Amino acid sequence: MTTYETYKAIGGPGTRAWSDCWTMTRRELAHWARQPVQVLVGLVFPVMLLLMFGYLVGGGREVSGDYVDFLVPGMLVLTMAFGLEGTMLAVTQDLNKGVIDRFRSMPMANGAVLVGRSAADMLQSALGLAVMLAVGYAIGWRAHGGVAALLGAVGLLLLFRFAMLWIGIQLAMVAGRPELVQAVQILVWPVGFLSNAFATPESMPGWLGTAVQWNPMSQTATAVRDLFGNPGGEPGHLWAAVVWPLALLAVFFPLAVRRFGRLSR
Amino acid sequence: MADAAITVEGAHKKYGDTQALSGLDLLVARGTVHGVLGPNGAGKTTLVRILSTLLRPDGGRVEVAGHDVLTEARQVRFRIGLLGQHAALDEELSGRQNLEMFGRLYHLGARHARVRAGELLARFGLADTGRKAVRHYSGGMRRRLDLAASLITDPEVLFLDEPTTGLDPRGRTEVWTAVRSLVGGGTTVLLTTQYLEEADQLADRVSVVDRGRVVADGTPDELKARAGGDRIDVVLRDAGQLGAAVALLPVPADGVSVDPDRRLLSAPVTDRMAALSGVVRALEAAGIEAEDIALRRPTLDEVFLDLTGGDERTKEAA
Repeated sequence: MTTYETYKAIGGPGTRAWSDCWTMTRRELAHWARQPVQVLVGLVFPVMLLLMFGYLVGGGREVSGDYVDFLVPGMLVLTMAFGLEGTMLAVTQDLNKGVIDRFRSMPMANGAVLVGRSAADMLQSALGLAVMLAVGYAIGWRAHGGVAALLGAVGLLLLFRFAMLWIGIQLAMVAGRPELVQAVQILVWPVGFLSNAFATPESMPGWLGTAVQWNPMSQTATAVRDLFGNPGGEPGHLWAAVVWPLALLAVFFPLAVRRFGRLSR
Repeated sequence: MADAAITVEGAHKKYGDTQALSGLDLLVARGTVHGVLGPNGAGKTTLVRILSTLLRPDGGRVEVAGHDVLTEARQVRFRIGLLGQHAALDEELSGRQNLEMFGRLYHLGARHARVRAGELLARFGLADTGRKAVRHYSGGMRRRLDLAASLITDPEVLFLDEPTTGLDPRGRTEVWTAVRSLVGGGTTVLLTTQYLEEADQLADRVSVVDRGRVVADGTPDELKARAGGDRIDVVLRDAGQLGAAVALLPVPADGVSVDPDRRLLSAPVTDRMAALSGVVRALEAAGIEAEDIALRRPTLDEVFLDLTGGDERTKEAA
């Protein structure tokens, strides 16, 4: 029994929150290591969508260099937006597991579970972006804006993903059960397609075009296209592509952390 | 009580229309094992979830290890361990990965967390589980790992919510042995159970909970005495002889119950061995044939019927 005396929990209130977040991130990475196939499927699915839209919907062999240049940035934004589904599903599954009770009965930083989730999801999204850019390059897409602009575009995409992530976490906690998550997942599709990812708003009926223009996704897509020097890009959307995700984060991040702290209390 | 590990005064909790706790009082002395005994839906799990800061009480005062669960939840969390009804483990990870993760979350430091995980795995007979994910563990292994996880920091107060429900007899014995080994280390244990035998085996004191309130408490022996003590059951070959048998038996006539359908008579006894040999001799002398004779402890049902005025409830339910 003598050795157990030394294992008292250390650290006062508020200390070492970063350590808890890192521990929870490691937990997610350990899950990856045990399910590499699932991670792989997550990376391949958007590539499949890209190829499908590029070659099937986009008109088979007649895909012009220009349409690929228009499509790839749109698909990148769409991939970031659909990341919301994966986040929701993972959070809902996690919350319905017994281990959450143990976490919540331990003196760990409030929200570390969520931060771990978001860190892992961001890592997966960054990987996904790299794969998509490589496949895009392979099918003829080119960035014409230089390295700084390319990195800026990737930054905007990840910022947008980060906002989607916290919306996903909050929705997962509101929905609560996996069955309800499916309903929300279905709604992600029309919202995703109600953007300029595949078509320009000018080609749509007036009211629809307006809605599409206001979609935060469209703002990011337009700014990213501009930075890549791809068709459909317009200067002046950069601020909206930064402000929209930050505004969404300002709402959903505190909501999610607060809700997690009060779960079932 | 100055050295109380758990103090609950008038705790209330309502879920929608269901009153889970209605003015529950509980006092548990430091270093003791306290059993909370009750049927499903009595409020046992609600009580444990409130004590372990997972649930907020609607009213009343609740203190664990000297800290209020509402205003000092974090202080409470540093001092408790929880073994819930369902395994609170990461099913995708191995036992070692689980324990190391929890150790890090208690800020033991990476090295200590690793050493501690190894110690606990060895102590609970899980040292050779390797990389196997917890979801492939047996029920007993899972419970032992769960118990190990709740002991990482040597908690002052340990909550065990129905620790053996759903386990086979072997798993049950394993958990009992583990709980006994904790006592004496100074840990206060609060244990909920549906089994009188479990409370009897492990607890110093028992509170019987029904419909969100404590309806009786005392040592297991005191409670059993209140429930009427031991009984002797005799099954006769011929139901027609039940009346004659009752008249013959060397036991007090009041409290004898007769069930003609099962050819059964049941009577309270005070001295177990004397009652058994007395009954056998009396039946033999009268030439009444018995199919079965058994001494038994009062069942949980009988404790409840006795302690909670079960007759009225049966009428309500009917």
